[in-house]
Amino acid sequence: MRKFTTLVSRAVPLPVENIDTDQIVPARFLKATTREGFGENLFRDWRYHPDGTPKADFVLNNPLYKGEILVTGKNFGCGSSREHAAWALADYGFRAVVSSFFADIFKNNALNNGILPVVVTDEFLKKIFAAIEADPQTLIEINLAQQTITLLAHSLQESFDINPYKKTCLLNGYDDIDYLLSLKTEIETYEQLHGK
Amino acid sequence: MEPKTLFDKIWDSHVVKSQPGYPDVLYIDRHFIHEVTSPQAFAGLRRRGLPVFRPHRTVATADHNVPTKDQHLPIKDALSRMQVETLTKNCADFGIELYGLGHPYQGIVHVIGPELGITQPGMTIVCGDSHTSTHGAFGTIAFGIGTSEVEQVLATQCILQYKPKRMKIEVNGSLGKGVTAKDIILYIISKISAGGATGYFVEYAGSAIRSLSMEGRMTICNMSIEMGARGGLIAPDQTTFDYLQGRLFAPKEEAWEKALAYWKTLYSDPDAPFDRILTFDASDIEPMITYGTNPGMGIKITDRIPTAEELSNPAEILSFRKALQYMGLCEGQPIQGQKVDYVFIGSCTNSRIEDLRLVASIVKGKKKAPHVEVWVIPGSQQVSKQAQAEGLDRIFTEAGFEWRGAGCSACLGMNEDKIPAGKYCISTSNRNFEGRQGPGARTFLASPLSAAAAALKGYITDVREML
Ligand code: SF4
Repeated sequence: MRKFTTLVSRAVPLPVENIDTDQIVPARFLKATTREGFGENLFRDWRYHPDGTPKADFVLNNPLYKGEILVTGKNFGCGSSREHAAWALADYGFRAVVSSFFADIFKNNALNNGILPVVVTDEFLKKIFAAIEADPQTLIEINLAQQTITLLAHSLQESFDINPYKKTCLLNGYDDIDYLLSLKTEIETYEQLHGK
Repeated sequence: MEPKTLFDKIWDSHVVKSQPGYPDVLYIDRHFIHEVTSPQAFAGLRRRGLPVFRPHRTVATADHNVPTKDQHLPIKDALSRMQVETLTKNCADFGIELYGLGHPYQGIVHVIGPELGITQPGMTIVCGDSHTSTHGAFGTIAFGIGTSEVEQVLATQCILQYKPKRMKIEVNGSLGKGVTAKDIILYIISKISAGGATGYFVEYAGSAIRSLSMEGRMTICNMSIEMGARGGLIAPDQTTFDYLQGRLFAPKEEAWEKALAYWKTLYSDPDAPFDRILTFDASDIEPMITYGTNPGMGIKITDRIPTAEELSNPAEILSFRKALQYMGLCEGQPIQGQKVDYVFIGSCTNSRIEDLRLVASIVKGKKKAPHVEVWVIPGSQQVSKQAQAEGLDRIFTEAGFEWRGAGCSACLGMNEDKIPAGKYCISTSNRNFEGRQGPGARTFLASPLSAAAAALKGYITDVREML
């Protein structure tokens, strides 16, 4: 997994609440047997007309907005557990998603793919949206070691929570599976003790 | 001893390792896999040169992507065929039992687990599918996981999890005529919203829940994820034991007695600590229907769609207007009388034999409205066989419905069963998200009874007038 330390980037605003993983990547694009190439279908039906031409009013098609940070309304990633949603965001080039609230399964899937879900307060989220609206060039810094997110030009900062274990994994690029594999003996002992 | 919730009892007995600052390492008793969310997990195992650690604890089926017509023929869509073939090869290579297309046990993963008796009280169960919560109806900790986690379970039979908070939702009293388990859960979600239980694991309790059959309980637990909960469960009782006894993989004889003794300890102790408790009155519940694009946007079928001013949370106005625009509906409009073009009876929420019996009870001897297309998709081959034995398939075809093979079908529109853009579908499934049933499709979620009533009338109607 790719390491995540500090990210300074412009951000793409998507102020919609309850964005479910069917919007992030619709089911009909889940037929692949590899993890690659999902970026093309990220937000497919919001981004393209049925004939494949881009929808001009969707933010990813607006040349004003760019960056490795996606800023979205609350309850992002609800619905289906498809990890393809995280793969699509990563493949498109997003490294962090900022929202006031994330759905559980999505949060795990993002972390397992090196994407940092940053939970901010509703007020801070509003400030970010306002700052980007006023100036699409707005730079945001996310510092994982310090657990801070900063609107650089405004010197506005908030700290965010992340579980210490997940933080270590991201900072070092470790996968959960490496940790679990290191516990083989303990797992076997558990099985014997519990008659599994 | 400290009083414990049912959830805590099961969780605690599955913790392999717990240390501060780390998620718990949780042992998984049963793992279900299907063709869509497993290929990349097996690819990961191959890349790392790992075997499946406990192959007998994983069961596979093909459901999400399979056609529901001509299931005996090779799959036409090349990508779908490739996914199903990849699953077959992975199961063969890694020694996993597969109930694939054509197998008498094939079906939607959350329908076959319970009906085969694989799902049993006290277990931990995961699957790369969010509706794994269905299995909670048996008093299990069951939840959906991502593909990286599928790989972890295959490699170690364990998963890393933080313990969620515990919520109890009690529904007391008795249900009115024509009100079903589906209406209970749509009602609860409409009350607490699509994100209202995020971070929690829910235990459903109360006399209205107790009085439900196992199939009704599965419908309730199935939709726990639609309010953001990690999962939902119901304490096992005589109804649970009666359902399980004699099922193919249920314990037999001495093993049954031993299992039963354990299962009877699976309940929340009096005064067990919940982080949140909600109580609802069954007599307030009517047939429910959704009008928007998340399952929390539900109303009583006799109600009208709210207006923006009536929303309790003004922050939701934007999403509300966007949803109505997508649905082509107006603020304040009554929902009864709204025309439907398609009726979908199926999905892991409502495709079991009792659901089909309910539909048949309304439809018998009648004909569908001429302009609607009605698809009945049984949850499994076994459900299909049972329905045919009871003559339900004939009731459906005589009414002009299409009777198909088992699979997820138009619940997620991954195979060719898609609702065309702009068309209205009343569906017994669990998600009304934009494009869920096909690009541009407009979904109303409702009970099998309400769906059957709409199939006959051609518009949304209060089924109680037909009972
Ligand atoms: S029927 Fe629908 S919700 Fe259930 S497993 Fe299949 S796709 Fe998922």
